[in-house]
Amino acid sequence: MNEVLPLARDLRVALVGRPNCGKTALFNALTGSRQKVANYPGVTVERKEGALATPAGRQVKLLDLPGTYSLRARSPDEVVTRDAVLGRLAGETPPDLFVCVGDATNLRLCLRLVLEIKRTGQPMVFALNMFDIARHRGMTIDVARLEAELGVPVVTSVAVRRGGTAALLARVDEALAAPHVPHAAEGWSEPDAAGVRRLQKEADRILRASVQRPEAPDTVTARLDKVLLHPVAGLAILLAVLFLMFQAVFTWAAPVMELIKGAFDALGLWVATLLPDGLLLSFIQNGLIAGVGSVLVFLPQILVLFLFILLLEDFGYMSRAAFLMDRIMGGAGLHGRAFIPLLSSFACAIPGIMSTRVIDSRRDRLATILVAPLMTCSARIPVYTLIIGAFIPDRTVGGVFSLQGLVMFGLYTAGIASALGVSWVLKRFLFQGAPPEPFMLELPDYKRPDARNVLMGLYQRGLIFLKRAGTTILAMMCVIWVLASVPRPPEGATQPAIEYSLAAKIGHAMEPVIRPIGFNWQIGVALIPGMAAREVAVASLGTVYAIENAEEAPETLGAALAGKWSIATALALLAWYVFAPQCASTLVVVRRETGSRGWMWFLFGYMLALAYAAAFVTYQGAVLLGLG
Amino acid sequence: MSASTDCLPPPGTSPGPAATAAAPLAPASLGAAPLGYRGRIRAVNPIAGSLPPEELERRLVELGFVEGAMVELLHQGLFGADPIAVRVDGVTIALRRREAAAILVEAAD
Repeated sequence: MNEVLPLARDLRVALVGRPNCGKTALFNALTGSRQKVANYPGVTVERKEGALATPAGRQVKLLDLPGTYSLRARSPDEVVTRDAVLGRLAGETPPDLFVCVGDATNLRLCLRLVLEIKRTGQPMVFALNMFDIARHRGMTIDVARLEAELGVPVVTSVAVRRGGTAALLARVDEALAAPHVPHAAEGWSEPDAAGVRRLQKEADRILRASVQRPEAPDTVTARLDKVLLHPVAGLAILLAVLFLMFQAVFTWAAPVMELIKGAFDALGLWVATLLPDGLLLSFIQNGLIAGVGSVLVFLPQILVLFLFILLLEDFGYMSRAAFLMDRIMGGAGLHGRAFIPLLSSFACAIPGIMSTRVIDSRRDRLATILVAPLMTCSARIPVYTLIIGAFIPDRTVGGVFSLQGLVMFGLYTAGIASALGVSWVLKRFLFQGAPPEPFMLELPDYKRPDARNVLMGLYQRGLIFLKRAGTTILAMMCVIWVLASVPRPPEGATQPAIEYSLAAKIGHAMEPVIRPIGFNWQIGVALIPGMAAREVAVASLGTVYAIENAEEAPETLGAALAGKWSIATALALLAWYVFAPQCASTLVVVRRETGSRGWMWFLFGYMLALAYAAAFVTYQGAVLLGLG
Repeated sequence: MSASTDCLPPPGTSPGPAATAAAPLAPASLGAAPLGYRGRIRAVNPIAGSLPPEELERRLVELGFVEGAMVELLHQGLFGADPIAVRVDGVTIALRRREAAAILVEAAD
């Protein structure tokens, strides 16, 4: 029965399920590292596809659809899932089989989704994931009864254990063996409130018939929540977690960063022994190696930050954070659900802005998108650490905290405070009068984070950063090197070569505008390519100063800056980067997600104005205090 | 605990037809329930507010708030005892009291 027929096309299977049901863990377990992450055409919804071979030898393309509570889609992500289930997603062949993934410990809402999908008439298998935890908690699930009641094949799976997906794969083989032509579902219409209620009551009936729950369910979650959701202790713990996160970004990453820096320095010296002194050597040593190296060195910090975010997400803490912050953020005109997008924006505003889709109301979503870039993203880390490392003394305060870490924490706080301030102004003046959007969110049971999920997430984030370093940043480095190197200095030149270059001309032209905020022309030059991505500014400074100091003994960029800038200039640059709208990709995503160029320019304009004002006040203030 | 005093509002404050039905126990809304309250959902009776009533009703039902489900108010926020975390038949849902006001409850026997 499992005889494989030669097929002209790949078989397609799609995973569908609620958020937090272990769908991604199952996807990782089934496909391993054979995954491709891209976007669906025309929308910025992440499309995750992987490949797997079934026990019977079928080659299957597995699609991981965005999590959804129902087919009554409200967000762009949910629209993708609904259209895929209905087989009418543009540019996609309808899947041959749907695997609906349910959390066996928490079936109530899953079962309604299964019934909804069954009504579309699409071929499906229901996978009861986390079956081991359910059994461990004393739940008895009558799988045969469930199968009979639902009328679809039901199979248990344990995504996080080796061999835990064998039964599922066997069932997929069976289902794929049946002759079937993938098609679009017809006659589906959105259920009204009565329809949803009918389905939920049917799901509850099936649940009562086939699942027995122990009297005291999951005491671990209940006990943890007593502390973590405590009105006072919960907030204190949330703050402590965030503080620990930023201290870790600095202290844990440092040894690895030293290694990377040492490797790039050695590489530069090694290249110098191979090539004759001249333009080509300067290009490779100062342009490519110094430029790209000065950005790559921040990979460890970005990984530490994402490690925290992924662990907290997997643990189930993120929705609790949203619960704790809802009222506080509401005071600033933000929705509690905005907390997760804003927290993701600490890593990068782009996934942050994309995840605002969980906010249903357009007004709340727009407010979140407009302030997300104020959250300190990881691209600012290179700028901050470079300047803090060069200008803030490395000592401890109160015996425990590093002063540099505290300054970093202060910069993050400034970003958060400005985001709250801007959203308050938006609510007060731009969006006044609209009723507040409801806040409704499931708080999933806590679970131990799965190492494979976290590592896979880290790997994907790291890869995205490396790709940026290899493409955008590398390309900008070439441009900067050319600008800083041509034209060559005349014979008998007395000043450093860079003083004769195009870069110096551009920088000097900008000086009247940037002098009031304490920037010299080198910073001006670095700000231009920094439009592509903030961290490029560091690489550009690296290149500019490497060329300028080519005659001198090589020193670190930080040491070079400490000798050339005043503290006032350094502080002004920090203030500038709290607000600077310098990330072309963010602006592109804002235009796409708001569907409007106007909002993109609004964002650019208000951030630029804030950046200039903040740098101006900081610089002039510091000069008054004698730090100029 | 200011929330505990207004746990059972006078019937007139819970709008909608379901609230007017005579019952031995005055129906209270989950939105006014105190911390630790346990009860059963009598009706989901959406009121015009942040969402059109039909849409609010669908969203509440989608999260498992259906008639007969057991609810327990587990946690509440620091400011204004809002939002609240409610256990509904084994699932924990966070929502604001404003929307929870649409959920009419009666004390569990």
